[in-house]
Amino acid sequence: MKYMRDTLVIFRRSMTLSIQNPIWIVISLIQPILYLVLFGPILLSIAQTPGFPPGDAWQVFVPGLLVQLGVFGAFFVGFGIIAEWRAGVVERMLVAPIHRTALLSGLVIRDIIIVIVQGLVMIGLSYLFGLRISLGTIVLSLLIIAFLAATFSYLSYAVALATKSEDALAPIINSLALPILLLSGILLPMSLAPRWLQIISDFNPVKHIVVALRASFRGEMFGFDIMLGLIIVMIIALMAAFVGNLAIKSLAR
Amino acid sequence: MNTRILNQVNRSTPFAGQSEAIAMISSRGLSKTFKTRTSEVHAVRDVNFDVHKGEIVGFLGPNGAGKSVTMKMLSTLLEVSKGAASVVEFDLLSQQNEIRSRIGVVSQRGSTSDTAKAGDEIVWHAQLYGISPKEARRRGKELFKALDLEPQWEQKCESLSGGQRRRIDIAMGLIHRPQLVFMDEPTTGLDPQSRANLWDHIRKLRDKFGTTIFLTTHYMDEADALCDRILIIDKGSVVATGTPKQLKSQISADTIRLTVRTNEDAAKTGHVVDSLGWGKPEINGNLVRFQVDNGAKALPGLMKSLGEKEIDAIGVEVSSPTLDDVFLSLTGRTLRD
Ligand SMILES: Nc1ncnc2c1ncn2[C@@H]1O[C@H](COP(=O)(O)OP(=O)(O)OP(=O)(O)O)[C@@H](O)[C@H]1O
Ligand SMILES: [Mg+2]
Repeated sequence: MKYMRDTLVIFRRSMTLSIQNPIWIVISLIQPILYLVLFGPILLSIAQTPGFPPGDAWQVFVPGLLVQLGVFGAFFVGFGIIAEWRAGVVERMLVAPIHRTALLSGLVIRDIIIVIVQGLVMIGLSYLFGLRISLGTIVLSLLIIAFLAATFSYLSYAVALATKSEDALAPIINSLALPILLLSGILLPMSLAPRWLQIISDFNPVKHIVVALRASFRGEMFGFDIMLGLIIVMIIALMAAFVGNLAIKSLAR
Repeated sequence: MNTRILNQVNRSTPFAGQSEAIAMISSRGLSKTFKTRTSEVHAVRDVNFDVHKGEIVGFLGPNGAGKSVTMKMLSTLLEVSKGAASVVEFDLLSQQNEIRSRIGVVSQRGSTSDTAKAGDEIVWHAQLYGISPKEARRRGKELFKALDLEPQWEQKCESLSGGQRRRIDIAMGLIHRPQLVFMDEPTTGLDPQSRANLWDHIRKLRDKFGTTIFLTTHYMDEADALCDRILIIDKGSVVATGTPKQLKSQISADTIRLTVRTNEDAAKTGHVVDSLGWGKPEINGNLVRFQVDNGAKALPGLMKSLGEKEIDAIGVEVSSPTLDDVFLSLTGRTLRD
């Protein structure tokens, strides 16, 4: 109860501050549009390649972009918390009798909502390009993306709070994001990759989430792929939340 | 409301009657050691002290002495390495939430986001204490008014002056009407008028609501004017404690400077001072300078003796020791170092 109340207050604060920044709103809405408009055409032309997974090109392409949105939209949120920590905001919140875990969950909910809105913009735009998916698919996909965003925003906050330095956060995030991206089949399906690369990518949880999302876009609701992806994304979200709250705790060391 | 009565009893006698007074902070062997990869930093070592209900206690010490670390431990922000404490009558190690809802903190670092509006920050912060937005707005406006911040309510924090932003920090720390307030250098960056205004406000808090205040400062005049009692900390240990008056009398004596008409008179004055048992004074031309335990008490006798020798003192100056002197004699450094 109190946890919910505290989370809500922190969420409302961070959401208001985000919305009050107009440049930021424009950028976060333009991002998904740029992805679709500038990258979509390339993908359409390689969709004819043998080995390309089933489904039309948009059904393969948009899930990848959604996952990328979930990962990258959330992975850089740590920069914000470093600024707030430096300004004393984190400490003054922790000195209040709030549930310790409410601090990050309030921020993470904001991050999730932003990613969801971006995802909706992307799906809406893809509709104009000819993507046809059911409402159930949209709901399921956004649910998966929400967990994914939670994972990476918790991780970002954890690294940010542990290093307390933008100069350390940036290279750490980048060196984590790159292999995750390359080994996930976000942009090109892993089914195009050689065998050894496919095996390595099986250890990348994000790959299974991409696979699940593509299955959902093909309309294979509640098949094995989707279930596996859903379970994996929930597990990594939980683990990330644990790590994030550990970082909050170790602020007191 | 009975807390108010209790407080008034303590307040009139801040130092006496300690045994019955309620301890709002009671620190026993509090220590903090930071372990870095290469070394250990003993930031706070075995600190013992009490702060009683309704007291304004100043925490003085040079940079790096351990003031902020001590405050952070007592306000539940830092884990205690060794020792124990009770804060607002709850155990620091096991009842942190009870403590948190009853204390206010004005941190050295600040408390507001650049991009947030001052009024919004305070209302959000109040909600973390379960205060409704409407009530928070009412209290916030009241505090802003008391701290001369009324026009700043709608202003973004990044556009505030340093002193205005500092006063917002103070308002943030007081919005939930805490019983005990920790203030880490609250007046740093404030102009003299705002400082005096804040002192008034702090005194009013104590007088009207019985709030206990524990503050750090680098300003000796502030400690002297505002604090009932002072703790001096150096290199992580408390090296002295007492009222400003006690500390000053404990350390050094008053200095008397006499100006007489001629150099001969000065020499004669030297003999008089010596014969009165205050030792040979320092003589510089027609200036005579020496120290006595109590300047005000010594003066009448001195003037009488000088009159008998027909020496005309054309200038007399008695100066009491300052807390700066106390600090210097305790730590070998001045606070401004
Ligand atoms: N997180 C930390 N890790 C390592 N050392 C620390 C940490 N925090 C503080 N210290 C060290 O502990 C000592 C006490 O620091 P503290 O901030 O309490 O000083 P202070 O008395 O508040 O000084 P100032 O007047 O400059 O604010 C310093 O030597 C500081 O470097
Ligand atoms: Mg300090």
